[in-house]
Amino acid sequence: MDRQVKGILGAKLGMTQVWDNGRVVPVTVVQAGPCVVTQVRTPDKDGYSAIQLAFGAIDPRKVNKPESGHFAKSGAAPRRHIVELRTTDASEYELGQEVTVEAFESGALIDVTGKTKGKGFAGVMKRHGFHGLRASHGVERKHRSPGSIGACATPGRVFKGVRMAGRMGGVRYTVQNLTVQRVESDDNLLLIKGAIPGPKGALVFVRSAAKAPAKGGAAK
Amino acid sequence: MWQSSEVATTGRRFGVPVVPGPTRVMIAPTSHEETTAMNTLDALDAQSQRTDIPDFRAGDTVKVHARVVEGNRSRVQVFQGVVIRRQGGGLRETFTVRKVSFGVGVERTYPVNSPAIDRIEVVTRGAVRRAKLYYLRELRGKAAKIKERREKQAS
Repeated sequence: MDRQVKGILGAKLGMTQVWDNGRVVPVTVVQAGPCVVTQVRTPDKDGYSAIQLAFGAIDPRKVNKPESGHFAKSGAAPRRHIVELRTTDASEYELGQEVTVEAFESGALIDVTGKTKGKGFAGVMKRHGFHGLRASHGVERKHRSPGSIGACATPGRVFKGVRMAGRMGGVRYTVQNLTVQRVESDDNLLLIKGAIPGPKGALVFVRSAAKAPAKGGAAK
Repeated sequence: MWQSSEVATTGRRFGVPVVPGPTRVMIAPTSHEETTAMNTLDALDAQSQRTDIPDFRAGDTVKVHARVVEGNRSRVQVFQGVVIRRQGGGLRETFTVRKVSFGVGVERTYPVNSPAIDRIEVVTRGAVRRAKLYYLRELRGKAAKIKERREKQAS
């Protein structure tokens, strides 16, 4: 399958709103790139085609020898984050090339991957959207509990995968089919319509949408 | 806004200047914008922020000239009434104008920085003691009248 994916790494700056034809559009501002291509994977050598992008300043003293050697191959200064992007047009990139926000245009559909905010140990109402028990009618100290977690002597156990309380958030999550509202290439800003995972300052990975609609959208 | 007679240039951590405690003096903020002017998105918001909006507050009577798009032509619609609240801050700020039209109270809420607003005219300044004038909804006729504000500095 011929999938030419564009991608860039960035830091989430926060949310604000902009005006578009007299309508308010909620946007998340991402300071994306400039990223540098540190490796190009080809079908001959690696069995698949992809590019490796690196982003973020780092103190060169913190980079160990193998890593600094890897960056030296592309002639780039060491970066903090590295990510691989599977794309069929990997051969069009070359080592050391810069990828900026200009790879995206306004109106493009994108997926944004990031690590969600950690919520700690959360109950079932917050974690899975359970409704809890009633506020009155004899419910005692159980208002936020899950209720039943299974049947009785048959099967005599709780099934695997029953949703319960536990650690919530702090996982990798992708929001699909967001729209690029505006690209500000002077400040390396991407204005993305809607919310994206993670706290302010978090690393996010912006890619062209994997499930872009066949028509009516910016289909590949 | 915190200001200090001697701002330490060293000891920066996370881009925030470390100010030694005893030397800093508080200068009263003159506007809400000034107190929150440390956000990363201020430069971006400033693009959408309007500067031609007159200063008005709850109790003032204003004429809002709003551009309304009907089909493929737009016209300017005037809505005159009393500002009963200003809500939110920065780019998000909105205000609500109330008028009584044919015995029915009508309230419209506009974003302060909306590009759909052609202009805002302040008709009268009202003397009120609340920031939110929801009590006007229960009042009719003369009771709902707001006294005009006397400008203090004019005397």
